[in-house]
Amino acid sequence: MYSPLIVAEALLNGLMLGAVYALVALGLTLVYGVLHIVNFAHGAFLTVAMFGVWLAWSQLGMDPYLSMILIVPAMAALGYAAQRWIIGPASRGADNSILLVTLGLSIIIQNGLLALFSSDTRTIDTDYAFQVVELGPLLLSFPRVVGLGAALVTAVVLWVILNRTDVGRAIRAVAREKLGASLVGIDVGHIYAVTFAIGSACLGVAAALLMPVFYVEPNTGAAFVLVAFTIVVLGGMGSVVGALVGGLLIGVVESASSLWFGDSLGQIGIFLIFIAVLLIRPTGLFGARQ
Amino acid sequence: MSEVPMPASPMPETPMLEVADLRAGYGEAEVLRGVSLTVGAGEIVAVLGANGVGKTTLNMTLSGVLKPWSGAIRFNGAEIGGAKPPAVVAAGLVHVPEGRKIFPNLSVRENLELGGYRVSKSGRDANLQRAFDTFPRLKERAGQYAGTLSGGEQQMLAIGRGLMSEPKLLILDEPSLGLSPLLVEEMFGLIASLARDGLPIMLVEQNVVQSLDLASRAYILENGEVAMQGEAAKLAADPELKRAYLGL
Repeated sequence: MYSPLIVAEALLNGLMLGAVYALVALGLTLVYGVLHIVNFAHGAFLTVAMFGVWLAWSQLGMDPYLSMILIVPAMAALGYAAQRWIIGPASRGADNSILLVTLGLSIIIQNGLLALFSSDTRTIDTDYAFQVVELGPLLLSFPRVVGLGAALVTAVVLWVILNRTDVGRAIRAVAREKLGASLVGIDVGHIYAVTFAIGSACLGVAAALLMPVFYVEPNTGAAFVLVAFTIVVLGGMGSVVGALVGGLLIGVVESASSLWFGDSLGQIGIFLIFIAVLLIRPTGLFGARQ
Repeated sequence: MSEVPMPASPMPETPMLEVADLRAGYGEAEVLRGVSLTVGAGEIVAVLGANGVGKTTLNMTLSGVLKPWSGAIRFNGAEIGGAKPPAVVAAGLVHVPEGRKIFPNLSVRENLELGGYRVSKSGRDANLQRAFDTFPRLKERAGQYAGTLSGGEQQMLAIGRGLMSEPKLLILDEPSLGLSPLLVEEMFGLIASLARDGLPIMLVEQNVVQSLDLASRAYILENGEVAMQGEAAKLAADPELKRAYLGL
């Protein structure tokens, strides 16, 4: 058996890994909850954001965490534009067309990145990548502590936007009652695009948190989105709280199963938990019953 | 005669809403085949007809959800045919839809606040107060999810939400649908009092008898066209209408 100290450290580090998963899942679940579609371009957007962080570092010498002030608004603008002027018009309101359009968009983005950056992996060197934070007897990875903090702040900001602002109320209104929303003067197309913008902005935060400890190549985003999609289903499709709790849970499970089964089998735990939860609660942890 | 022009108040004979030869439909299917009607200031005008004659299509076209194929929609002196719903609401033509279409996942207060989505923040607070005065029941339930309200309360919320948009004319689509006779009575009383306060109302209903009782004028739609029109009292006495709609 491992000492309790090592187990506690692994679980805490897992919590922090889960925070980044949660950020990626937040964007995915928000778009699903409002537009009722799965955005297959989500992974490609994450890759774009990660390359953005890398470019800001390599070209402008910006610290990856600091580059959020650039990347987050840029990703929001990208998300808005993609939905308003590409995905929306190209799909003409049919849900299955939206699926295909987002899938096509992701293929175009991936190959565009491949043409621009080749398939080399890029990393960012920082002084703090291997620093540790001492918490009593525990040693925690500095980037992961930052990750957890930033993810929680993002979740709070998201909650405030959704519950305390007009645009947030409009987003929740459109999610359940499109016609009613139109008839009070809400521009549904604009709200769809704003939802995409918020989801993409979350990816900007996630990318800035990932780059100090991870690498990017044109397919990097896809691996995260697979886990994020698991989280979305686990937490309940469209549930923001579900994405947050599910993300943290998955991070802890992955970390714990890496500890016991070895690094390469870490993700087995995710899918065991996933199947177990769905057997007991098919709508996910926080999913609404139909 | 004074030469000073009278500002602001439109001439009484100019209707608030004037629909001329309106055609609209879905895909290839024409539903409205040239509908013309008017609603004047301070009037309650009933638009009646059975299921499927085009009443809801008419409302959807007036509120900008559907694009008209041809014809004109003039509201408050401006052409609004083909305008998008946000512009129509901003102009003051507000449509309370059939089936209420409230936001079940939002609180009653949030539903009302969203009714004022196109209204300034200060105006909205005053309107909210007024809506709560009109519907004390909604005030009691302000923090509750709208989806947990009873049918009658949901209809009140839908109308309250419409009033929050500061309408110059209110279109009510089937406000009595699914309500108990007692609540229908209450609902029609409310509509009468809104009109007394100076709000013109286009009342779209299947409930012919009570609507004709309330309205000053009425249009009967059949097959996407106006089949009969006139003063409500005269229509109510018309043997043809009695035979067709009341089975008498």
